[in-house]
Amino acid sequence: MTGSLQSAPGPFFGEFGGRFVPEALMPALEELTDAYDKARVDPAFFAELDRLARDYTGRPSIITEVPRFAEHAGGARIFLKREDLNHSGSHKINNVLGQALLTKRIGKSRVIAETGAGQHGVATATAAALMDLECIIYMGEEDTERQALNVARMRLLGAEVIPVATGTRTLRDAINEAFRDWVANVDTTNYVFGTAAGPHPFPAMVRDFQRVISVESREQMLAQGGLPDAVLACVGGGSNAIGSFDAYLDDDNVRLIGCEAAGDGVDTDRHAATLTAGRTGVLHGSRSFILQDEEGQTQDSHSISAGLDYPGVGPEHSWLASIGRAEYWPVTDTEAMEAFRLLCRTEGILPAIESSHALAGALTLGKELGPEATLLVTLSGRGDKDVEQAARWFDMLPGEDA
Amino acid sequence: MSALTERLDEIRAEGRAALIGYLPVGYPDVSTSIAAMRVLVEAGCDVVEVGPPYSDPVLDGPVIQHAAATALRQGVRVDDTFTAVNAVAEAGAVPVVMSYCNLMIQRGYERFARELREAGGAGVITPDLTPDTGADWIDAARKQDIDTIFLAAPSTTRERMHLTVEASRGFVYATSLMGVTGERASVGDAAQHVVAAAREAGAERVCVGLGVSTGAQAADVATYADGVIVGSAFVKAMGDGGDLDALAVKVQELAAGVRGVV
Ligand SMILES: Cc1ncc(COP(=O)(O)O)c(C=O)c1O
Repeated sequence: MTGSLQSAPGPFFGEFGGRFVPEALMPALEELTDAYDKARVDPAFFAELDRLARDYTGRPSIITEVPRFAEHAGGARIFLKREDLNHSGSHKINNVLGQALLTKRIGKSRVIAETGAGQHGVATATAAALMDLECIIYMGEEDTERQALNVARMRLLGAEVIPVATGTRTLRDAINEAFRDWVANVDTTNYVFGTAAGPHPFPAMVRDFQRVISVESREQMLAQGGLPDAVLACVGGGSNAIGSFDAYLDDDNVRLIGCEAAGDGVDTDRHAATLTAGRTGVLHGSRSFILQDEEGQTQDSHSISAGLDYPGVGPEHSWLASIGRAEYWPVTDTEAMEAFRLLCRTEGILPAIESSHALAGALTLGKELGPEATLLVTLSGRGDKDVEQAARWFDMLPGEDA
Repeated sequence: MSALTERLDEIRAEGRAALIGYLPVGYPDVSTSIAAMRVLVEAGCDVVEVGPPYSDPVLDGPVIQHAAATALRQGVRVDDTFTAVNAVAEAGAVPVVMSYCNLMIQRGYERFARELREAGGAGVITPDLTPDTGADWIDAARKQDIDTIFLAAPSTTRERMHLTVEASRGFVYATSLMGVTGERASVGDAAQHVVAAAREAGAERVCVGLGVSTGAQAADVATYADGVIVGSAFVKAMGDGGDLDALAVKVQELAAGVRGVV
């Protein structure tokens, strides 16, 4: 077996993936798959996407070495891939611009999206404003509360934000509600899915749109003297992680580490560490690892970070875990917040709480590997949206002084 | 020929459409839900769709979502589905199950099909499993003589309609509209088109669901379909209080509807 692991086409990745959806949506998914298959071999499509990446998003994103942070990681060299510097503040824009262009190609005028932290919602609202699409964002009510700033951003960009009050009032329920909207409005509406999960073609398509992260970083690292010993990224549904890994999949000496949200700890029932503590099942249209009880009911997840607070994970990650090509580490709320504070104070970079899970993984791995190691961490987003929540965590809000 | 097709053919011979009633197991609690299913049978349902509640019901609207969430909070288990199926069979109607696929996958398709047959069930409606993704389910169901009932929608293409009809046993479930379960002011023309397309693709029995809530709507659908499927309207009639009298009144209204009496 010498086949490349890169850019696996789907619909299945090993036993994971597929398309477990109501019949009503099957034609739309087939149409989307056809449109994407045509677009991916159409130079005009990728030329337009490249132009937007350069002139709108601000790509390529830089890599930044963070030596003062690295002192706390056993002295390893640590580089950050700066997706936080993208227009609209995270990696989500890479995917959204691709899917919005595709929406135009299939002649639909309305987009819907789910969002957890609000970053995918903000990115979708951004692209919808740019490309003149009507935009509806579903967001769990709990998330609208902990990410209020992003709700306001989406509304300022002209999107309608619909708080979802059912179930756990988080990302998972927002996805359920977006699917319900899609079934009812599929004639006019495209679902711009926010992560590398869901039914085919989303896992492969979102991965392709996020792949630019590792394509760029691999060249940038080679220019710095060589490939890193490990690439680390946080995993919610897994889009920034799969985009960060893909170009390295055939570099056997590069360890790939996804950092999942362990909330209060994987030995409690308050976490979102799907690959660490989950089992194979079907959720939101694909077969993958999920957090579920023994009967198959989805379990509630918890994470301080809304973007990682999801009881499923993209099918390609389940596959990479099952063949041993990638590792998935649980990182607790407390570990993530310590890494968050450390990066702020040592480097003057305020990371998203999601991304801080990957930073925490780097602190652990650096100590394990020592000063010879070089680590690359994807900083998937900036922390502006998290300021209030972090200030509360560290008792820094006015009036909270001891 | 399965118990389900036999019953549907008898009903057709009577010159009317079948009434198929859906209720979630465990709403508002397990014993009331089973009593409610008996009421469905006594008040005129020919077939009862027993629904194991699932945590992420993407094809359900607010009424059934609420019922499922209530049942799960009360601790309903998949085992209760088979108890309910058994009660429906004893009450004299044909029981089928409508289940999201992860509950079946976690139990194992083979075991799910076997336990359903042992409880007296005739078939399974799979809202999030289509014939192309459900090949292993179809195998397991065939081995146990359990009917595989797949959905066809207004968006279903000709090619997919053939696939769906080919893989379905018992009946084809025609969804009357693009959307989730729940009452609608009118059923609309789409339903009739889906039924016609299914028949053209070779379906012998086609039942219509989604949005039917009144006797008049049932009477209308009964003019072109072999069965009328009603869910949310029954759940709503019963309500959190488990009002079985109100439920019986609603069922009688729909039962008159499928007989063309409005
Ligand atoms: C900054 C940031 N990073 C990561 C994630 C997690 O998503 P994914 O795992 O798809 O990258 C989110 C999701 O909202 C996010 O906003």
